Amino acid sequence: MSISSEKKMTGPSRKRGNINWFKYASPQTFFPLAAKLTPWFGVAAALLCVAGLYIGFFVAPTDAQQGEAYRIIFIHVPAAWMSMFIYVVMAFWAGVGLVFNARLSGMWASALAPSGALMAFIALWTGALWGRPTWGTWWVWDARLTSTLILLFLYFGFMALQAAIDDQRRADKAGAVLALTGVVNIPIIYFSVQWWNTLHQGASVSLTSAPTMAATMFAGMIVMTLGFWMYSIAAALLRVRCIILERERRSDWVAHYVRTLK
Amino acid sequence: MLTALRCVINRDLLLALRHRADVLTALLFFVIVVSLFPLGLGPEPNLLRSIAPGVIWVAALLASMLSLTRMFSEDHADGTLEQMLLGASPLGVIVVAKVTAHWLVSGLPLVLIAPVLALQFDLHQSLLGVLTLSLLLGTPVLSLIGAIGAALTLGLRGGGVLLSLLVLPLYVPVLIIGAGAVDIASAGLSAQGHLLVLGAFLVVAVVFAPWAIAAALRISAE
Repeated sequence: MSISSEKKMTGPSRKRGNINWFKYASPQTFFPLAAKLTPWFGVAAALLCVAGLYIGFFVAPTDAQQGEAYRIIFIHVPAAWMSMFIYVVMAFWAGVGLVFNARLSGMWASALAPSGALMAFIALWTGALWGRPTWGTWWVWDARLTSTLILLFLYFGFMALQAAIDDQRRADKAGAVLALTGVVNIPIIYFSVQWWNTLHQGASVSLTSAPTMAATMFAGMIVMTLGFWMYSIAAALLRVRCIILERERRSDWVAHYVRTLK
Repeated sequence: MLTALRCVINRDLLLALRHRADVLTALLFFVIVVSLFPLGLGPEPNLLRSIAPGVIWVAALLASMLSLTRMFSEDHADGTLEQMLLGASPLGVIVVAKVTAHWLVSGLPLVLIAPVLALQFDLHQSLLGVLTLSLLLGTPVLSLIGAIGAALTLGLRGGGVLLSLLVLPLYVPVLIIGAGAVDIASAGLSAQGHLLVLGAFLVVAVVFAPWAIAAALRISAE
């Protein structure tokens, strides 16, 4: 099984100046790239989160109705947005892996899943902490909370299915079918506050009109969202390196890499 | 194509008839679970009337989930599934036939028995029609979505429990709308909106699920 080390990964016949779009589509070339990118995303995440929390705690004004308790929004909303976003990205890459039979796409989807599940859990937990002082209850069974809970279960189902299947290729493809089936839930969560009368707050932020909240609050939320996004990418890059090493452990380049570590 | 459809439905119904016990146990499970709730919550009529739609829907969900593993596992075990994958008929057609046969044997009896069980909860007579209609629209969706899960978990260690974890989150919207239809009718409003949404679920499931089930079968049976 030494084909991968004898021939360099090249695209079809390349003229000088042509970009090989698929250079990093192989686990072997993506592995060192992930190592190089992780610190950048990690530092960006740390800086953005610190900036976002500073804005959230010291710059944003006190809310007229909720006082200081609203400040958990700077963690709750970014986590909720990221949980939905990561699910869609995960489903996309799993689908690419299913359609194009690409190993790395499946590995990347598997790497994203725990980060997405963590975001969904943080959103639910911080939501409960926020709900107690403001609504008077830890939990209500309204549309948005219920569908975010279902999203968490969908993440768990994805991870459980992949863990239950021994054959990696079958696990990737089966996970892809499951993730794509579950992607229908994302619009339901997002639009649930419009479609049903719920206790949860309606949308204050929209792509087509100005936000209905103070500019500093909005800025803080956006900065925290970017911070969580950078963090998720950094965590997924670290995770995908482990996954690549596990799955490609029988190849020469991994044996060579392990030797260089010792 | 219609020949294949008819053939597979006949075959599955014949097989189900020969293993009547499997079918009847799922039905009995439904009846027993529905009976457990009054025993656990107390026989107060107002309480029972308000929980009846939810209880019957949840029990129908669990009962139809129990019988899902049966859909493909026997064919997978004796090699018929591979013949179906290799055969000339489109896999989507075969899958639709199998899910239809499964629903006729597992879902339809639930729909027919549900009004009788609703009487145990003293559900008002005018609501029985909405309950039956909601289950009639909802149980095929449960069979279709459940078949995706059954195809994905074919032959796996985790088996039925893993199937439940995969399929129940996807069942939740159907449950909410289905039980909500009866709840809203009991409040005096029209259940038409909910029933139409259930119909929409059914249409979307009938169009897209066979494709997903066929893809999942190919993945599992390689």
